[in-house]
Amino acid sequence: MLSYTLKRLLQGVITVWFIATATFFAMHQVPGDPLTTDKAVPEDIRKNLEEKYGLDKPLFEQYTIFLSNITRGDFGISFTQKNRRVNDIIREQFPVSATLGILAIIFAALGGILWGALTALYRNKLPDIVIMFLVILGISVPSFVMAALGQMGLVSLNDTLGFSVLPVAGWGTVQHMLVPSLVLGLGTMAYLTRLMRSSMLEIVNADYVRTAKAKGLPASRIFTKHQLRNAVLPVITVLGPAIAAITTGGFVVESIFAIPGLGRFFVQAVQQLDYTVIMGTTVFYGAFLVFMVILVDLLYGFIDPRVRIS
Amino acid sequence: MTENAPNTELDVQSAQDDFNRSAGLKLLWYALLAVIGLALLMVLLSWGSKKLGATSDSSPGIDATNNTISLILSQEPPQLDSTLATDMVSNMVLGHVMEGLLRYDENNALVPGIAERWDIRENGATFWIRDSARWSNGDPVTAADFVFAWRKSVDPANASEYAFILFPIKNAEAINTGKLPKEELGVRATDERTLEVTFERPIAFFDKLVAFSTFSPVQEAFYNQANGRYGADAETILYNGPFSISRWVHGAHLRLEKNPYYWDADRIKLDVIDFPYFTTDTNAALNLFKDGSIAYTGLNAENLQDALNRRWHLDRLQDGSVFFMEFNHREDRITRHRKLRKAMQLVFDPKELVYKVIKLPGFLPGESIFPVWLRGVDGYLRAEYPAPVWEVDIPRAQALLAEFKQEMGIDKIPPLMLLTGDNPASAKQSEYFQALYKQTLDLDIRIDKQIFKQRLAKMTSGEFDLVMAGWGPDFDDPLTFGDLFSSWNLNNRGRYANPEVDRWVRVAQESLDAKTRMDAFGKIQDLLFEDVALLPQYERGVVFVTDPRLHGMVRRAVGPDPDFTNAYIVEP
Repeated sequence: MLSYTLKRLLQGVITVWFIATATFFAMHQVPGDPLTTDKAVPEDIRKNLEEKYGLDKPLFEQYTIFLSNITRGDFGISFTQKNRRVNDIIREQFPVSATLGILAIIFAALGGILWGALTALYRNKLPDIVIMFLVILGISVPSFVMAALGQMGLVSLNDTLGFSVLPVAGWGTVQHMLVPSLVLGLGTMAYLTRLMRSSMLEIVNADYVRTAKAKGLPASRIFTKHQLRNAVLPVITVLGPAIAAITTGGFVVESIFAIPGLGRFFVQAVQQLDYTVIMGTTVFYGAFLVFMVILVDLLYGFIDPRVRIS
Repeated sequence: MTENAPNTELDVQSAQDDFNRSAGLKLLWYALLAVIGLALLMVLLSWGSKKLGATSDSSPGIDATNNTISLILSQEPPQLDSTLATDMVSNMVLGHVMEGLLRYDENNALVPGIAERWDIRENGATFWIRDSARWSNGDPVTAADFVFAWRKSVDPANASEYAFILFPIKNAEAINTGKLPKEELGVRATDERTLEVTFERPIAFFDKLVAFSTFSPVQEAFYNQANGRYGADAETILYNGPFSISRWVHGAHLRLEKNPYYWDADRIKLDVIDFPYFTTDTNAALNLFKDGSIAYTGLNAENLQDALNRRWHLDRLQDGSVFFMEFNHREDRITRHRKLRKAMQLVFDPKELVYKVIKLPGFLPGESIFPVWLRGVDGYLRAEYPAPVWEVDIPRAQALLAEFKQEMGIDKIPPLMLLTGDNPASAKQSEYFQALYKQTLDLDIRIDKQIFKQRLAKMTSGEFDLVMAGWGPDFDDPLTFGDLFSSWNLNNRGRYANPEVDRWVRVAQESLDAKTRMDAFGKIQDLLFEDVALLPQYERGVVFVTDPRLHGMVRRAVGPDPDFTNAYIVEP
């Protein structure tokens, strides 16, 4: 187990290095640089600037400097927010994105498992038909539409009630988190519902379920121990990629609900070619996602003993 | 057996129902547990996120009891070090927390700020700083604070983009290009409260220049003690303006509180200006306004109709910027030929663009590089020197183009590259031009849509035939637009060069006589039209809505905008 974990971690480090390298060179291929500004700057002043930021050095040298800096955990200083360190940006903004992401993924996972189990129990009956229709909606409607609709809903809700039930945007309290995380998790929830439903249906008539029934075990026990527990395995497998989708897809929701998350800084940095912030956030997100996928894989081993053998 | 068979089926069915019922109950129980668990988790997370990351507490848009207004910012201010700030948001915030020698009042007139009086001569200026001017730590604002800030702004090591705005001061340009040490800058403090400025060359509008935020003072001791982080946090800035930043949570919240040390604090009526929301999403801004969470918001094409349906009282103004199509005048470009440009001018009607394509209130059809709000000798420049106009004349344009093609010996003009921005408005306008020139002159226009930085990079390197460009004023003098097409101006990205225009730009730069200068701008306007150096498209307008309880907000084309320093709340 330990050697497996180490192997996976090493693979992860190589993946992150690859992401960083590819991003670094692709970013430098884009026309313009962080010093390109609205107001044109005279040639010698531009040279001073390039020297100050080390952009006058050959690209490969810049790359080695960048690599040696990130091994020390230093992502440098933002070009657009001139006196702010990229590390500070990540430290202050990521907890917000993470909170939003964790809530969304929990919403999605719990909701997906519960709805999925429900639809499987009431297969082809009214609850199944209604929920599966909503699932199709949830999968096909993108999160920015959901977010905009959610916000409009909040405005009308507060308007009709005459007082502020839930804030329309902003961040800080439970009330702020509820709607954005729900909206962010909705797509994944729909996807997981469908997955859970089909995996439940597969085992409803499995041999061991029939045996359990024949043994005379109580229904609630069969449902929990034999059905739910086995059906949930495929759902856990896709949680890794789902976390990736949710944390990186949070940008739109963050923007619409004015949430001070990292996603917004990431997207702005790309638009403004803020080299240090692009690299900092890419490497950070990359490492985070790789780590999450490894974690889910290891977790899977605990839940399903068959996986541990390999 | 035959009797029992249906019964067995019934038994199976009811057993299944029994199973489902108890499984369903179990599921309900799990759902209940999940909801409770989630609720607990959310409480825990909201407590945790307060400890860890960025949060913002918000109050209503207008909070009369606490004398507070809440507003939205399109983004976190990128830079609150006044020597480095360049963007609108930072300048807006700086305009509330800093004050220069002079400032703009509620009627947009230039009035004494930190300087109580001043004297501007041909070769220099003297500013007398008022006794009562204080920093937010109680220290007096001194002439040395200005000397330090101005030297910092032109110091090449500081790498300020707006260093050029100080170039009228003696040696500023030489220092900025590293030819002289920064101590050689033509500004010194003759005593604690007297600031002496020497000019590089005579300048007619120095008083207007010093109201710009780059000219704000910075206290040297404080700057050094901030250890390279001056302007990065609320605690690493010293304020001398009407407000000071009491809370700055990055990416989340900016809170301005009335600065008790401000010399004219009696003038300030609001206690707090709060910015608990940062987002570029205009629909989110509108939703917050509908909800009463913010006191003011701008509107755009997408949400204007919604605002109109609600019968809000909308306001509009020109934001001061001029937009135009710039031609590439470089040697290897076909657009350097005047006949082609003239033909393209003759089929284009800015009124059609503004009233039929843009269709937004506040926008004015473009007629000149000089916008209508600029002041001339006595009144408005554009009233004293009307812009030359043209009538749309398609046959003449076609004839001119045919003539041009014959001269060039070509049958068809090669496709022209139109460089443009990636926002929906630019796309719509570019497509309008594409259709217009195809229909009238059979010209093929290829649209090259680029994000901001890439567009700038391509503009600078000259990879375009036509570009949708714009220019906003830096200071309140026609020269901020007038020198744009001088051959040496690096912002003249189409590399237009006309010795006559250059000559008149020099006159406008060097003369101190208002009439001579305005005449020069009139000449520049005529020459640019005659030569079709550019096609003016429109003067940009903004539409906005404010809470009816908020009074005294000031909008302006030059200087901090919008300005809430004089704002106050009126309860109905």
